[in-house]
Amino acid sequence: MMLEGITAVFGGIGRGVVDAVWRLGFAARFLGMLLWLSGSCLRRFNLVMREIYFSGVLSLIIILVSGLFVGMVLGIQGYEILVRYGSESALGAMVALSLVRELGPVLAGLLFASRAGSAITAEIGLMKATEQLDAMDMMAVDPIARVVAPRFWGGVISMPLLAAMFSALGVLGGYIVGVVMIGTDPGSFWSQMQANVDFRQDIVNGVIKSAVFGLAVSWVAVFEGYDAEPTAEGVSRATTRTVVISSLAILGLDFILTSLMFRG
Amino acid sequence: MRLRDLCFSYGDREVLRGVSLDVPRGKLVAIMGGSGSGKTTLMRLIGGQLQAQSGELTVCGRNLHGIGREELYTLRRRMSLLFQFGALFTDMSVFDNVAFLMREHTDLPESIIRDLVLMKLQAVGLRGTAAMMPKQLSGGMARRVALARAIALDPQLMMYDEPFTGLDPISLGVIGQLIRRLNDALGASSIVVTHDVQESLELVDYIYFLSEGKVVAQGTPEEIRASKDPWVHQFVWGESDGPVPFHYPAVPYEEALLGD
Repeated sequence: MMLEGITAVFGGIGRGVVDAVWRLGFAARFLGMLLWLSGSCLRRFNLVMREIYFSGVLSLIIILVSGLFVGMVLGIQGYEILVRYGSESALGAMVALSLVRELGPVLAGLLFASRAGSAITAEIGLMKATEQLDAMDMMAVDPIARVVAPRFWGGVISMPLLAAMFSALGVLGGYIVGVVMIGTDPGSFWSQMQANVDFRQDIVNGVIKSAVFGLAVSWVAVFEGYDAEPTAEGVSRATTRTVVISSLAILGLDFILTSLMFRG
Repeated sequence: MRLRDLCFSYGDREVLRGVSLDVPRGKLVAIMGGSGSGKTTLMRLIGGQLQAQSGELTVCGRNLHGIGREELYTLRRRMSLLFQFGALFTDMSVFDNVAFLMREHTDLPESIIRDLVLMKLQAVGLRGTAAMMPKQLSGGMARRVALARAIALDPQLMMYDEPFTGLDPISLGVIGQLIRRLNDALGASSIVVTHDVQESLELVDYIYFLSEGKVVAQGTPEEIRASKDPWVHQFVWGESDGPVPFHYPAVPYEEALLGD
């Protein structure tokens, strides 16, 4: 009896692992096909522009407001810590480095996954459930090229732009709290930032991070939508999976990229 | 279109067991049968969405067995399928839905596309809805727009998957007349998969009845009406009991009630 229980547990784990590997392989094949079929949508760039509007422009409000508040919190916390060591003049550098290296790409990525990633999954999933993708296929129009690829590239292009705007508003938030409200010297705030933020090491690496996160979130979102079970429940599950997997992927990738980029 | 001894199964479950039928050019043919009889599977095989395990399937003079994706797409430009609930693209207006195929498959200038779209919408009586979104249409109107989209490039083979489902009698009559009129105007071959016996008997040139993956009866509407075949009789007159039993197989009733 006990042996049967143990066998069942290990059997369940084994099946889970096999399913996960199989699904990862399927997702990789899907990405390969998506890249192969991207030519037509990149030639008709208006299709991608439309998706940049839906994924990027419509995410602006949440990204900008979050960036501003994160920057303001950084301003308060940073000042509280730096003032203990008499280094409050370095507040600008601390806020900017925290944002462009880490918080900008990561938080913008997490917000992008929740706002745009889930919307992409739900839209593609519903198109599948209502036979719109089948209809397109029957019309000799490949749904991966016409529906999936523009949404994927729209997400990939939007994400670094959103992360940059998140960081910019964060710096503004830090300035409002640090300089306008607390009264740190504005000259020190900006000059310390200018002196300590390196374009290649900090900004370019931050942009690379956000581009990688954009690729990961968009890939997960379009795959989950395309692979969703064509029912209301299936679409709902796929949308949840997109947010969970994208968020974990962002955090995991962030650790790997940070250790590669900033290990001294 | 021609099918010979077509067999198809999902895993161990046989869905089609040696189906043979013909759809001559210019004819409107109905495929009827109960739920699970294999009608939709047959439609998917003809559209190339599924591949038969054995048998011969020729569409527009091309055998579909082992056909490549590119060749299949070339063939699909000559056929069209009206989905059960229209499957209109919900992020596009009615105009853009009908223009979709013209923009994807032709290099026609926008001014000509505009004229063609209005002609197609006029044919289904919905020119006035061109600027509307699909969510603003009733079920019957959505299906008429889908029909206008389906005939956008004048296909040689039209397929209709349950086109009468969920429609009120007026919409049902309108869709039926449109199917007949468009078939005759395009000179296309048409296949209607349906449960709606009385509407189909008025509309089509020939009927095939499918049951358990086989063609069990066929004929013109007159032959079907006069048929003494018990299966056809039960289906056409909607009798609850007959060759298709009312009761799902079970142990005898008395035994179930009085037994232990």
